[in-house]
Amino acid sequence: MNPKTKSRLGWTVVTVLVLGYSLFPVAAIFATSFKTPGDLGNQTFLPTSWTWQNYEMIFVGDAQGLFLSALRNSIGIALIATFIAVVLATLCAYAIARLDFPGKRIILGAALAVSIFPVISVVTPLFNLWRTIGLYDTWPGLIIPYLSLTLPISIWTLSAFFRQIPWDLEQAAQVDGATQWQAFRKAIVPLAAPGVFTTAILAFFIAWNDFVYGISLTSTEAARPVPAALAFFTGASQFEEPTGAISAAAIVVTIPVVVLVLLFQRRIVSGLTQGAVKG
Amino acid sequence: MSTAAVPATKRGVKAGKPVKSQRTKAEARLGWMLAGPAFVVMLAVTAYPIAQATFDSLFSYRLTTPDEREFIFLDNYLLLFSDWTFWRAFLVTLLITLVTVAIELVLGFALALVMHRALKALRGALRTAILVPYAIITVVSAFAWYFMFDINSGFVNNWFSWVPGISADLDWFGNTWTALSIIMAAEIWKTTPFIALLLLAGLAQVPGELVEAAKVDGATRSQQFTRVIIPNMKAAIMVAVLFRALDAFRIFDSVFVMTGGDQNTEVLALLAYRQSISRLEIGLGSAVSVVLFACVLLMCFIAVKLFKVDLASGTDQSQAKAKKGGAEQ
Amino acid sequence: MASITLQNIVKEYDDGFPAVNDVSIDIEDGEFVILVGPSGCGKSTLLRMIVGLEDITSGDLLIGGDRVNDKPPRERNLAMVFQNYALYPHLSVFENIAFPMRLAKGKFTQEQVKEKVERAAGMLELTEHLQRKPANLSGGQRQRVAMGRAIVRDANAFLFDEPLSNLDAKLRGQMRAEISQLQRSLNTTSVYVTHDQTEAMTLGDRVAVLKKGVLQQIASPRELYEQPANLFVAGFIGSPSMNFLPGTVSEGSTGSTVLSTPLGDIELPEQVAAAGREKEIVLAGIRPEFFEEASQVEESRRGRGSVFSAELSHVEWLGNEQYGYVRYQNDPRVADALANLAADMDADELRTQLVVALDAMSRIRGGDTAELWVDTRRIHLFDPATGENLTRDAEAGAELTRLAAEDRRRDRERAAAHAD
Repeated sequence: MNPKTKSRLGWTVVTVLVLGYSLFPVAAIFATSFKTPGDLGNQTFLPTSWTWQNYEMIFVGDAQGLFLSALRNSIGIALIATFIAVVLATLCAYAIARLDFPGKRIILGAALAVSIFPVISVVTPLFNLWRTIGLYDTWPGLIIPYLSLTLPISIWTLSAFFRQIPWDLEQAAQVDGATQWQAFRKAIVPLAAPGVFTTAILAFFIAWNDFVYGISLTSTEAARPVPAALAFFTGASQFEEPTGAISAAAIVVTIPVVVLVLLFQRRIVSGLTQGAVKG
Repeated sequence: MSTAAVPATKRGVKAGKPVKSQRTKAEARLGWMLAGPAFVVMLAVTAYPIAQATFDSLFSYRLTTPDEREFIFLDNYLLLFSDWTFWRAFLVTLLITLVTVAIELVLGFALALVMHRALKALRGALRTAILVPYAIITVVSAFAWYFMFDINSGFVNNWFSWVPGISADLDWFGNTWTALSIIMAAEIWKTTPFIALLLLAGLAQVPGELVEAAKVDGATRSQQFTRVIIPNMKAAIMVAVLFRALDAFRIFDSVFVMTGGDQNTEVLALLAYRQSISRLEIGLGSAVSVVLFACVLLMCFIAVKLFKVDLASGTDQSQAKAKKGGAEQ
Repeated sequence: MASITLQNIVKEYDDGFPAVNDVSIDIEDGEFVILVGPSGCGKSTLLRMIVGLEDITSGDLLIGGDRVNDKPPRERNLAMVFQNYALYPHLSVFENIAFPMRLAKGKFTQEQVKEKVERAAGMLELTEHLQRKPANLSGGQRQRVAMGRAIVRDANAFLFDEPLSNLDAKLRGQMRAEISQLQRSLNTTSVYVTHDQTEAMTLGDRVAVLKKGVLQQIASPRELYEQPANLFVAGFIGSPSMNFLPGTVSEGSTGSTVLSTPLGDIELPEQVAAAGREKEIVLAGIRPEFFEEASQVEESRRGRGSVFSAELSHVEWLGNEQYGYVRYQNDPRVADALANLAADMDADELRTQLVVALDAMSRIRGGDTAELWVDTRRIHLFDPATGENLTRDAEAGAELTRLAAEDRRRDRERAAAHAD
């Protein structure tokens, strides 16, 4: 029994180490978000007294205008960009997995090329163009470039998922008496849905994470997403750093991410590795 | 699967007579109808802008004075290549890429091995924990690290004051090397999970029987690792390293948040941003963008040609081979 | 080369399930021992404990007299051939075979490695393929590479884990013969795991039959066949399987002892009958070839058996012989015992039909009533409650195994003489 206890102890230590590694910076900013302005300068990890002050500031206080609009922009733009990418990618991946047509490899190759594309390289011309045609500082002005982030990964991940679907089931269902639509609806959709869902989560993460487009292609609360807004937070006075407000806002936008990870960690891992490793 | 068999016969037909059958044509049309929109959108949001950027980079073009736009051919590039600011940004970017990828590979392998060997009960918890840095917003991670080390609010100086060289008045972001270390630490923290997950997938594809065979053949633990496990997941390692290197080369968010490029920490992406968005020097900014793009292309090219990384199929190829071998039996 | 001794070996998993329960086997130096049983009987676990890939919960494992329970695989100096061959896909055939020597750094010079690999390749007809990668080899060739890797080791023993199960039937027969000859010529102690009783019978000096982690019997193939220890061994060894006919032993009208079965009374010789007289009901184990068509039996032998008539439901003609099938009503008192036996053997439920081997020339068809003679001296009676073989002649069995050991010794001397 002794080696067993020993290995159990070892694993506990390793797990604690990994948990510490993963969560420590998050814990740090979480603790900071509950500090009073007085605590912010005292160089401790935990606040001496916990306060909701910083959260009040971003939800109902001075920083409200900056933060709430940014939150609305982030959610709206990320969701729409994810939705469009997943719809387009589903059609595309279906064709790639199911049909034989010339140019399949070109499409996958293009998706790969776009996914390694340096975002900053397209920002300059877009910045110029958007100003000319009036898309600068608007939702569509961010949604369109976000597709360059969300579409490639969606196409890769979904193609990998769709290739594993036993499409023969569709024919089997038709032989069993289902119409073509019923066959698709009853046999294929239940199998494809988890893949589409996982892809949507991954695409959402990427859109939610964007900073370069957000900071370059917006100038006001009209479209600026949270990551960009964080960089524009200012303190109560000129000499005060907005540390508390930024921390609170950071925690607020981290919550949805953590919830998604908690709920769907298995799916996210399989989606990530399938899209990137297997292709 | 019948879907796999159909194209095979079709290809045979194609080889026999050049005229495509009605069905092949219809399938191709449907394929492009479904895949076309995604393809067009992808090209529209990347190929067009990069072409425009290449075009713009040949002009002296400032948004504040659009009328003075003038074709100057490669002068923007000559200006860049003769300016230390550019070379400094290039070297800093390269340094960050090399250091972070190297450390991430080692750390990622350790994490992957932990997850691979972990008891079933712990696997879910470990995976969840490791996904947090991956999924968190880069800017948030940058702020978290910034606040930890900040001379005013950070607790690091306080906690580690016993370490020689660290004291309450150490300004981590007031010096190039300390600032770069924190920037790299934040990058490593945030992106190691990605590498770890790719390596984990690679590990899972090494048949357990091979490792057992190596044990019986007399391999020590390190021999099992270097002689059996690593060679058999080379493809996965290469893909992970390349993806991360390309990603690291585009670093922007952390540097922007932590130093804004001060203390000689400016990276290429930040230089491009500063030229085009802050200073509205579209011509020069475009030139930096094009150079950055060219660097990424070059890295890809080197990886594919020199190291034979098959990006398109990754580890798929070895499986295909194994399948082929199996079919021969 | 070395002997392998298993003393009261137990493997218990974390959930308390004993995969291997108190198994003791003495494997002599140079002996070829087969571990056989249906899936889940613990045979692979036992092999993996010998090689060191599984921990031993309790008991002692000795190789060449040394206790190796706590030694890692690489210190046991054993060679193993895996079910899927476990060839290293990134290495050429040459490097695959040389792999164990490459691991022992400094022990072998480049020339020694080359010489050993080439000699093994020569034995296995792999010389032309040394530079190829495993993925480009056929199944049989891969199998040989795996054996080559074992040969160059000068290992204490060879361990085989179902090495032929991935090959098609024809190749399997051929590789079986190759393994057998190789083992004889190298005279290396070998332990071989299989679920296929034909492989077990043809390859083994001795065969250990396992069921649910418990050793049922270890003996030469002949002893297993002629003197099985219990119902399970009797049913598992032999193809087609032994028939198990329920019956009661009673005194017949003419003063002789008879076994009353659903197919009628069968007269039993005294030494068989004596064993079953006490029991309320017994299962008579009769192998298909114990039967013959009564008309074919010479007068001199007729008296050593008993004759009865039965209607054949159908026959299968196989060229060299044919099998006739006789349906009968089963006795509900043995239904449980037979159902359990079927489950243990990994088979579907046993059909209540008798299989009889008939001469290939016989014109009997399904639906005919046949006069059948059965060699009653070879019948075994089993206790349906315990499965015990009531008629087992331990002495005769031991003699068969002793003869097998003698045969092996003769083989070894012949091989040694060839080598000189």
